[in-house]
Amino acid sequence: MSENVYIIGAGIHPFGRTDERSGREQGVFAVREALKDAGLEWADMECAYGGSAAAGNADIMVNELGLTSLPFTNVANGCATGGSALVSAQMAIASGMYDLALAVGFDKHPRGAFNAKPADYGLPEWYGQTGMMLTTQFFALKIQRYMQLHGISRTTLGRVAEKAFINGAVTPHAWRRTEIDLDTIMNAPMINDPLTKYMFCAPAEGGVALILASEKKMRELGADGVKIAHVAVRTRPPDSFEVFQAGVSIKEGGKPTVLASKAAFEGAGMGPEDIEVAQLQDTESGAEIMHMAENGFCKDGEQEEWLANGWSRRGGKLPINTDGGCLACGEPIGASGLRQVYENVEQLRGRAGERQVIKPHGGAPKTGYSHVYGAPGLSAVAILER
Amino acid sequence: MGQKIDPNLWSDEAEPHLMGGRLPSGEVVFPMPQGDAAKNVEPYKLSRRGKLWSWTSQGFLPKEPYEGFGSGPGQGPPDFMPFLLGYIELPGEVIVESYIVDAKLEDLHIDMPMEFCIIPFNDTHDTFAFRPVAAAKEQAA
Repeated sequence: MSENVYIIGAGIHPFGRTDERSGREQGVFAVREALKDAGLEWADMECAYGGSAAAGNADIMVNELGLTSLPFTNVANGCATGGSALVSAQMAIASGMYDLALAVGFDKHPRGAFNAKPADYGLPEWYGQTGMMLTTQFFALKIQRYMQLHGISRTTLGRVAEKAFINGAVTPHAWRRTEIDLDTIMNAPMINDPLTKYMFCAPAEGGVALILASEKKMRELGADGVKIAHVAVRTRPPDSFEVFQAGVSIKEGGKPTVLASKAAFEGAGMGPEDIEVAQLQDTESGAEIMHMAENGFCKDGEQEEWLANGWSRRGGKLPINTDGGCLACGEPIGASGLRQVYENVEQLRGRAGERQVIKPHGGAPKTGYSHVYGAPGLSAVAILER
Repeated sequence: MGQKIDPNLWSDEAEPHLMGGRLPSGEVVFPMPQGDAAKNVEPYKLSRRGKLWSWTSQGFLPKEPYEGFGSGPGQGPPDFMPFLLGYIELPGEVIVESYIVDAKLEDLHIDMPMEFCIIPFNDTHDTFAFRPVAAAKEQAA
């Protein structure tokens, strides 16, 4: 039987653009915030896991944080960098090896859409040369087919973005902090049909740090912890449809998100009906819609009703992306998955300020679900409980 | 005709075929694998006809390694020509990602019959595309 693991400290560097700080400096900022939150010193940390996709190695942080000789493992796992750092830190404690561990993710990307190199993904050069290797196209192609098959309207895509900016407006760590009305969203320049400019998130900057502790250590410190009920990371199964695929199987395959979600629910001993707040990968409006169903929160096509009725808004039956998600926060790849967990930690501890979710039982949510998806077809799900 | 964007991407004949690969299991894949992954994979001429699986538009100039209009020296977004692209299901074979030409965005729909063709990509190179079968007939007439 492995040890229970708790998150006892959570720190964030505001997302968006911070010209005066490197990506790693934003990570260091987040670590200091997390230490302060947990009432700990850097010297207390027993091990650390972290990384970025485009802003360098995490272990250099010891230059700023202190040369305490702790083992610091760099994590480089693309879009799952933050999720993998969290899993590593969780396993370090669950195994009984350590009582305190750090998971940190940060990033800093240039403006504009990501430009991936075909060779890095095992693809021929023509795929990039002809302009088909764009993540934005994949998301548009996936939601376009989904809309046709399941009767999702363009207005519903707009409503997802509208909700994101409503939430972002009251979130101190969000980048886009102004509400944008539905008409403006719908009539904005088309990026990849059916997705307009405001329906896409943008590459950004930011840093997030989480401090994990064993139950024994949490009690010893008298810390305010949130339990990690389960974390699951899954790569793609055969015949799936993922980002950066010049050819897709005609057989309908599985989905990494469905696999990660099922594993996390099973591990936590919960079902979708037990979740009180959720952060789902919303690289663009369509992704949030499809991920609602892939994670088991509704059936394909029901999102139309959900968004029309505001069921995923802050006061709805399942608030989704309560800090505005990627749409309002932007996407610094290495930090993005940990931002979702940070948001759930704050929500479950009742510290989310103006954006705090209050459940019908009168208090803060007791369970939180986070889900990240990325290239080349992988998903990480973390379920927290109070 | 310009140079092929990749010499092995489609066959050299009057009615060219996009080239995929057939795995020992019989499964057809696109593109043809390269290097060690190509071992035991037989080059396979894909069907010239298929049906539309999904589609989108590309409304902004992609960054490098894009080499189309707008990417050259002294060029920029005003030189970019927005294009349509999508996935075409080749029955019994594989679903391929492709440019879509001779079509308007609003006319595209799931299962629309599509046909393979070669199009100029930039000033020097050609690439492949699919176009609605009806448009193919009009051009032949």
